[in-house]
Amino acid sequence: MKYQTQKIALAYFAVAMALFAVQILGGVLAGYIYVMPNTLSELLPFNIVRMLHTNSLIVWLLLGFFGAAYFLIPEEAEREIHSPMLAYLQLIILVVGTLGVVVTYVFNLFEGNWFLGKEGREFLEQPKWVKVGIVVAALMFLYNVSMTVLKGKKTAITNILLLGLWGLALLFLFAFYNPDNLALDKQYWWYVVHLWVEGVWELIMASILAYLMLKLTGVDREIVEKWLYVIVAAALFSGILGTGHHYYWIGGPSYWQWIGSIFSSLEIVPFFAMMAFAFVMVWKGRRDHPNKAALLWSLGCATLAFFGAGVWGFLHTLHGVNYYSHGTQITAAHGHLAFYGAYVCLNLAIFTYAMPILRNRDPYNQVLNMASFWLMSSGMVFMTFTLTFAGTVQTHMQRVVGDYYMDVQDSIAIFYWMRLGAGVVVLLGVLLFLYAILVPRREIISHDASVAAE
Amino acid sequence: MREVMTKSMARNIFYGGSLFFIIIFVGLTIHSHIYIVNTSSNSDKLTESVALGKHVWEKHACINCHSIMGEGAYFAPELANVMTRWGVDGDAEGAYETLDGWMKAQPSGIEGRRQMPLFELTEEETRGLSDFLLWVDEIDAQGWPPNDAG
Repeated sequence: MKYQTQKIALAYFAVAMALFAVQILGGVLAGYIYVMPNTLSELLPFNIVRMLHTNSLIVWLLLGFFGAAYFLIPEEAEREIHSPMLAYLQLIILVVGTLGVVVTYVFNLFEGNWFLGKEGREFLEQPKWVKVGIVVAALMFLYNVSMTVLKGKKTAITNILLLGLWGLALLFLFAFYNPDNLALDKQYWWYVVHLWVEGVWELIMASILAYLMLKLTGVDREIVEKWLYVIVAAALFSGILGTGHHYYWIGGPSYWQWIGSIFSSLEIVPFFAMMAFAFVMVWKGRRDHPNKAALLWSLGCATLAFFGAGVWGFLHTLHGVNYYSHGTQITAAHGHLAFYGAYVCLNLAIFTYAMPILRNRDPYNQVLNMASFWLMSSGMVFMTFTLTFAGTVQTHMQRVVGDYYMDVQDSIAIFYWMRLGAGVVVLLGVLLFLYAILVPRREIISHDASVAAE
Repeated sequence: MREVMTKSMARNIFYGGSLFFIIIFVGLTIHSHIYIVNTSSNSDKLTESVALGKHVWEKHACINCHSIMGEGAYFAPELANVMTRWGVDGDAEGAYETLDGWMKAQPSGIEGRRQMPLFELTEEETRGLSDFLLWVDEIDAQGWPPNDAG
């Protein structure tokens, strides 16, 4: 670790990993309720469990992004973070908000209160006071990292990362606009949801991936940064108008069916480019970096993002297909692999890269960490397959034949059992990952335990 | 790629192109906003009761089991066309009575069946929710869903 303030990242990563565990436990519980629907039905209904599952995902990914920024910006800008105190204060605000959210959801407090109660728009259920806290924390963060970069060296990686993070914060402001007209509500709700995950988050993803490639492969910065600009250009050129694929059936004009179909089909391009970029850099690079696990997560991220976000997204994005598949388990299949590949793997890659450096140790326990990659990833891929089959059958029976929803659900129960099994495998993978990152002090399984860190 | 394009060319394409697409997108969104307000939804019928119903829908986080216009969780039936499915679309009183009966019968407690919680709604809230679902049912959603099953 070259700069003392990079240490801030350690606190962010620790909280992120704790929430990651909560997210996966919530997911397994939700998967269990799917097959045993009377479970906790009066104590903790499914809607509450699902909010915990999705909200903890979003918050831990954001904490991971913030931590990654605090870790890599000092190295890129070649100076310490402007104010470490502000960075820790920001984390405290986010932790208090998160605890507030959990307590509000689980005990169903202040229901209907405009400021303290949960707000029931999907993914934006946080009470208003927490939303305000998120904005305050984001402003503190942006001030802090922007000051650092402005006074230091400016690289393409920090430019794109900051652009992504500024966009993330500005788009979140649409979470405060909730018109009574449901169709309008939905139009601007997607400003947050789509323009986050298929817009500015891709900038964050590409810049962190570029940083990892720079460090792990030793390829010339000029080449990495040129790739980076091409990737993010492809991401925004396709992703912004690609928002149209959410405007087909919510009351928007019919032209979105063409605009959405064409541009969201192109959304596969940046994901393909990221995958090509990662592999080409590894082939070109001459550096034999000891942190093999970080490399595996980086390549896994680019590959699974291509399949989850790219291929599975394209699968149901054309409006003729989406007319039948919209709002079925197909969407759930895509959502799971896209989030896992693009953003979960990315965060775990940067954790795997940074944690040994932050704790001033050799990148030990590659083997357990790599095993956790294969366990988690095979679980997620299998889950995606089961949900895709479930969704295909559901689409035919419900949307084509016209059978009633619950009858269809009963007939696809077998897929939900397999999904639960896949979820348990993912949980085991997560526990193994956390163990490998946090506990052992030296390599457990190695042919050559004396390999030196960089 | 070195021969094809320099880094500063790539950077300029990124910034210029993004700005271009943002401008087009904002323009189309403004048009869509006007289209939704004037054409596809019944803005003139958006009463206080409908707005109250939307608030009831949100404060109980209905969307984390159900979907509405295809968006939400996929654990419980689609509700944008529930009034059509029940055969009470265009009949405010019938819609209220059917919904009220449904809400009060929850949870069913049947073993192996997905359970909906009991939400203790006032009569005004149930009427609002019913009016909201009737109102949503009338949004012109380009012919979606394909059939009454939702």
